[in-house]
Amino acid sequence: MVLQPSLKNCLWLPCVLRTPKAGFRSAASGSLIIQSVSNDVYQNLAVEDWIHDHMDLEKRQVLFLWRNSPAVVIGRHQNPWQECNLRLLRQKNIKLARRRSGGGTVYHDLGNINLTFFTTRKKYERMENLKLVVRALKALRPQLDVRVTDRYDILLDRHYKISGTAAKLGRTSAYHHCTLLCNTDKFVLSSVLQSPYTGLKSNATPSVPASVKNLFEEDPSLTSEMLLDAIAKEYATHHQIDHHITLINPADETLLPGINNKTKELQTWEWVYGKTPKFSVSTCLNMAYKDSVHEVKVNMDVKHGRIEVCNIDLPEQWLPPALYSDLVRSLTGSKFCPNETTTRVTTLLRACPQDDELHSKWNLLCENMIMLM
Amino acid sequence: VCTHRVRSCSSIRSVKSKYVCVFDKSALKFSHQQRLLRTSAVSCGQIVQFKLSDIGEGITEVTIKEWYIKEGDSVSQFDSICEVQSDKASVTISSRYDGIIRKLHYSIDEIAFVGKPLVDIEIDASKGVASEEDVVETPPMSHEEHTHQEIKGHKTLATPAVRRLAMENNIKLSEVVGTGKDNRILKEDILNYLAKQTGAILPPSPKAEIIPPLPKSQTVPKDKARKIPVPVSRPIMFSGEDKTEPVTGFQKAMVKIMRAALNIPHFGYCDEIDLTQLVHLREELKPLAEIRGVKLSFMPFFIKAASLGLLQYPILNASLDENCQNVTYKASHNIGVAMDTEQGLIVPNVKNVQVCSVFDIAAELNRLQSLGSAGQLGTSDLTGGTFTLSNIGTIGGTYAKPVILPPEVAIGALGKIQALPRFNGKGEVIKAQVMNVSWSADHRVIDGATMARFSNLWKSYVENPASMLLDLK
Repeated sequence: MVLQPSLKNCLWLPCVLRTPKAGFRSAASGSLIIQSVSNDVYQNLAVEDWIHDHMDLEKRQVLFLWRNSPAVVIGRHQNPWQECNLRLLRQKNIKLARRRSGGGTVYHDLGNINLTFFTTRKKYERMENLKLVVRALKALRPQLDVRVTDRYDILLDRHYKISGTAAKLGRTSAYHHCTLLCNTDKFVLSSVLQSPYTGLKSNATPSVPASVKNLFEEDPSLTSEMLLDAIAKEYATHHQIDHHITLINPADETLLPGINNKTKELQTWEWVYGKTPKFSVSTCLNMAYKDSVHEVKVNMDVKHGRIEVCNIDLPEQWLPPALYSDLVRSLTGSKFCPNETTTRVTTLLRACPQDDELHSKWNLLCENMIMLM
Repeated sequence: VCTHRVRSCSSIRSVKSKYVCVFDKSALKFSHQQRLLRTSAVSCGQIVQFKLSDIGEGITEVTIKEWYIKEGDSVSQFDSICEVQSDKASVTISSRYDGIIRKLHYSIDEIAFVGKPLVDIEIDASKGVASEEDVVETPPMSHEEHTHQEIKGHKTLATPAVRRLAMENNIKLSEVVGTGKDNRILKEDILNYLAKQTGAILPPSPKAEIIPPLPKSQTVPKDKARKIPVPVSRPIMFSGEDKTEPVTGFQKAMVKIMRAALNIPHFGYCDEIDLTQLVHLREELKPLAEIRGVKLSFMPFFIKAASLGLLQYPILNASLDENCQNVTYKASHNIGVAMDTEQGLIVPNVKNVQVCSVFDIAAELNRLQSLGSAGQLGTSDLTGGTFTLSNIGTIGGTYAKPVILPPEVAIGALGKIQALPRFNGKGEVIKAQVMNVSWSADHRVIDGATMARFSNLWKSYVENPASMLLDLK
């Protein structure tokens, strides 16, 4: 345990010293290229956190290359209900992650590569990084029409977005990460990034939708591996280091002490959903019961992912008042989450009088409410 | 109180103005004592306006997205104060001082300006003012934080208070493991280090750190190690505190149901079941079920046996109305299996067990279990149950006293399966697979004899699975 502080800074020396020729040159400029062996979005985001918190970037900058199995990643201050189709994500078992940098929502799969540029806060410079990426692409395929916009996007053929950017600045270090679409499933991308939830009002950062295109569509000979390699090569040239990519395992607690805690934290409900800025839901349920259709207005305020205030405008005496107030009391303070709500409402039902009609009304109302989440 | 304008030296203002702009570096040349004499006359702390420093890339304004502190909180140097966002960049602003937050200049979603005050912090004047940086309108980020202690090329972060504590105890900060943010050394780390040194046993801190035992190579020579170590008589400070939190929504619902359950006069009936034959049968059938894509546990057998028993004793599958006027005999055997989840106790049920085969039940249980672990059970899966089995034995225990879940009238709890010695018919001792079952029933409508007979029937099916074949519908 006492090794910890020394590990922090001497960490990369063993890796660098492995290639003796490179060691000397690397020590001069110090920069490092690392690639994750994992495709787990939480583990990879945890590596970013770890480097940001623990590495001394004064003498060396780091380029981190990573890819994820299907996941939707929202920005630090975004609202997942607004940004994506959570029902579809749950059905298709696509993970949802909230990163610590700002910006908008992205869909990741193995056809998309992620690049993170770690520097000290002073040396934080996004434009330079993106120009490096463009240089790498042009070196690989000179005929590609790729350019950087002033919104820090990379456009292909002046029209299609192939890369989005986000950044995180801390006290002494900073990172800028961006995506690069090589061969992502555009069909899944567009369906998961479309929110079916209506009536949401919030100050969360909205995403700006854009037309996207895969580099693979432009040139079918391109693969993610080739792109990763080209970018690493350009980075190595720019930083005058050897074109050597060090592989790291984000589950290795010896190499990255404390990483597993960071990974766990990124998966907690409190982080993914609870960090959503305050928002309100104002919508109308159309409930068809027997021969009539009721329009039921629902208003909810959600803070920290939990329902702060809940108002359901039911027709009078549709539900016994005691039951209605039980429902509202139970929802207030609970997570804006279908699973938790289902558990609560079904438990409450046990304490109700055993009346089939009452039960069907209750189930109808609760299922409609759960659909909002 | 001395006030200094930014970049100008020592123009001493009148005592009335409370706010102090950050000291210019050159001002430190003046003797501290002089200034302190004047400050101590007025207030115990100086209010410092902490200004929003440069973000880089020529950015002049940001949006406040989250406050990590509120007015009145005490902060240490390097604690995170707030999160701001500017054009896809999220920035964590950390405190430059130890002190108490006295004012937040912005609320969430407001625009904050670089170079303008962000928060007011009251710093303890008696501590003296550690080296600050000047906060100018567009500060260059060329100077580093001065309070790092460069030891052996490592940056050891610690507040002045912690460093004093280390110095008083003759501890080298480089030997202490920091557990705070950025590996910062906290007061607890110094205390833990001290504890390890003296062998004293400190009670667990609120963070519940487990102090690992010293590896053998570090212990004293063998003869001394045999003696019982005498703890150093250090006053043991227990820093744990009671924690009160409101009853959660789910607990509220449980409170309501349990109150209703309290109105049910429960009686219990327990028995011991020999599962030896069932264990063998399951071993035989498991691969067959797997070929069909279904995991076969013991529960499908228990559930089917219960349903067969309910056919003979339908009162156990009934419901009593609120006024105890009417008993409704439910036609469907919707047998619930209690599941413990993060959200709380849920009881998904298998519908119409009376027309399901054991395999059907197993498949349905698989479906409910995978939905349950994914947190995707729907309301229809969780409502409409008529009879419940609780497999508490997977966690442990033998006999239990389960509580009936309204609106049902009976419940069974199954303990763990243990290999125990029992006598067979010939008086020989054999190894038997034994499980205990504990039933609870509503004594208003169910009498002891009925419960006993149902239990015996269930037991006979489960102990002798072949007999189920005779009565399967």
